[in-house]
Amino acid sequence: MNKFATVIMAAAAAALLVTACSKSDDSAEEQSTGTGIKVGFSQVGAESDWRKASTESIKEAAKIKNINLTFSDAQQKQENQIKAIRNFITKGVDVISFSPVVATGFEDVLKEAKEAEIPVVLFDRAVEVSEPGLYVSFIGSDFVEEGRRAGRWVAANLNGKANVAELVGTVGSAPAIDRKKGFEEIIKDYPDIKIIKSQSGDFTRAKGKEVMESFLKSPEADQIQVLFAHNDDMALGAIQAIEEAGKKPGKDIVIISIDGVKTMFEAINEGKANCTVECNPLIGPQLFEVVEKIHAGEKVPARIPSQEGVYDNVGGINVGTEAEPVTTKKITKEIVDGRKY
Amino acid sequence: MKKFKVPMRYVPISATILVFFIVYLIGIISFENFGSPKVFLDLFIDNAYLGIAAIGTALVILTGGIDLSVGSIIAFTSILIAKMISTGCNAVLAIVLALVIGILFGMLQGWLIHSFSLPPFLVTLAGMFFIRGCGFIVSEESIGIKNDPVFNFIQNDLTIKLGKGLNLRFIVILYIVVLITAIIFSQRTRAGRSIYAIGDNELAATLMGIPVGRTKIMTYTIAGFCSALAGVVYAIYLKAGNPLNCVGLEMDAIAAVVIGGTLLTGGVGYVFGSLFGVLVLGLIQTLIVFDGRINSWWTRIIVGLLVLAFIFMQNLITKISKSKSKAH
Repeated sequence: MNKFATVIMAAAAAALLVTACSKSDDSAEEQSTGTGIKVGFSQVGAESDWRKASTESIKEAAKIKNINLTFSDAQQKQENQIKAIRNFITKGVDVISFSPVVATGFEDVLKEAKEAEIPVVLFDRAVEVSEPGLYVSFIGSDFVEEGRRAGRWVAANLNGKANVAELVGTVGSAPAIDRKKGFEEIIKDYPDIKIIKSQSGDFTRAKGKEVMESFLKSPEADQIQVLFAHNDDMALGAIQAIEEAGKKPGKDIVIISIDGVKTMFEAINEGKANCTVECNPLIGPQLFEVVEKIHAGEKVPARIPSQEGVYDNVGGINVGTEAEPVTTKKITKEIVDGRKY
Repeated sequence: MKKFKVPMRYVPISATILVFFIVYLIGIISFENFGSPKVFLDLFIDNAYLGIAAIGTALVILTGGIDLSVGSIIAFTSILIAKMISTGCNAVLAIVLALVIGILFGMLQGWLIHSFSLPPFLVTLAGMFFIRGCGFIVSEESIGIKNDPVFNFIQNDLTIKLGKGLNLRFIVILYIVVLITAIIFSQRTRAGRSIYAIGDNELAATLMGIPVGRTKIMTYTIAGFCSALAGVVYAIYLKAGNPLNCVGLEMDAIAAVVIGGTLLTGGVGYVFGSLFGVLVLGLIQTLIVFDGRINSWWTRIIVGLLVLAFIFMQNLITKISKSKSKAH
């Protein structure tokens, strides 16, 4: 019966494996077990650099603020996210936060959190719910405001007079719709600022370059004074197209875009572009500030826009409103080097 | 040599149950609240749809076949139900239609596999792509099911309250009922025994006069029904449909069946084992979420190793059984 013993040993080995895996990792990262507030966070996944930067920001901020963070990656699957949120409830965390994979299907689990009196903070994306009060607050970028800021920057820097070419994001996507809306909202007060060209570059560098090339071959090519791109990638593609057409990006054509990635900062620093409106993934510190307030029983607004800056090659321009000014920061070598994504 | 012996056919399932309790124990020792009954109940709530899907998969695997269309059927039926309800259709009608489509789709796959002697892997792979695409035709975006009287009734009146925060939901009860039915079906009926016979040796089964074709088509039909029912459960669970959901879920179902002690080549194993397979998968995931510091992808790594361990164990048992029958 030696073989039977082997079978049992195989099973035991399998069991041990499970033990070993969970045990070894238990001791691996003891440092994050602080005395602070217990927060469960479920992230969408690791699908883009922007998302990875957001995850890093959350983990780092939790460490600094001594938050006892339970982090779970949903791997792009809603079913994983719901399981994680349920487990957070059972585990008894103080606050739950998550970036929803999709907008629907979270109602039941949010009700369960409410019954268990655990406040929920949405991060970066919103959910559809049929009754209010299922989440306390939603922190994330305001795409319309990003568009407005871009509009204000153009109005301020070109003295209210410019012919604009626009590189639109993916047709139908929320950032593309909202950024266009915000930009147009501002420039409608300036009759001399006109969008003379507008086409989708799909948020990609390759498509941005291609569309810009077609702009530069059109009869209106010489009238284009400003390029407004809905994200940095398209702007970076357009810069290449402008250079290949023998013009000077940033000088012959003023370039403004949205996102604030490191390569765009470099382009601005080299004088090839002029401004980028930040869409910040690094909102971890802001998240935990809100979490601390909620935990202390303070009231927080239901909608909290991310703290985002605007970076350019001039500095000191107000792209916010008079009531809530946002002044641009001039890009320096230090700012470029300090950029993580 | 005289000592206590577990009959060879019960070894894999015993090992699964053992693994389940070991993982559970690790959780209880490592984390506060892991021993709470809510963890156990949540395992059923969160995995009811996977469990129901795994029942169909278990039966198909017992015949020596495979079904890859599971996840796609779940996504399709859930989005179909959500779409129909959002356009004002009665929820019961939507659910019935979804189940009928699942049954017919399974039947069609079974018929193709049997009548044209096509490999189940390829037929159900085609089915997987086809029905996933159909889901996107119904709607490209997720649709929520809001304030539907039938769904509210299921949610509020068909739930047994066991205590504060502890609810025995309808979907859990449904899973258990389907599981028991499937166990009785596979063990106590002629059709059930035919499934085992075909999986063990299709040629011998044919020679024995077992209606191989009919049984196979029936098994894929049941699998289609289970997948569609899992889709219904999923729609109730989420109160939404999404054509993107459950990508690759069939692989989880297959893993659950293998970990549950069913031989991938068919003929050996128990539908009952899929329960523990599903619970082990769910428990590992829970353990990793509770920890919250380990990379969530460890779930996949551990599941992969477990599946491998069980395949080795099965292999060993098969060899031992063979050498024994030679010795006789």
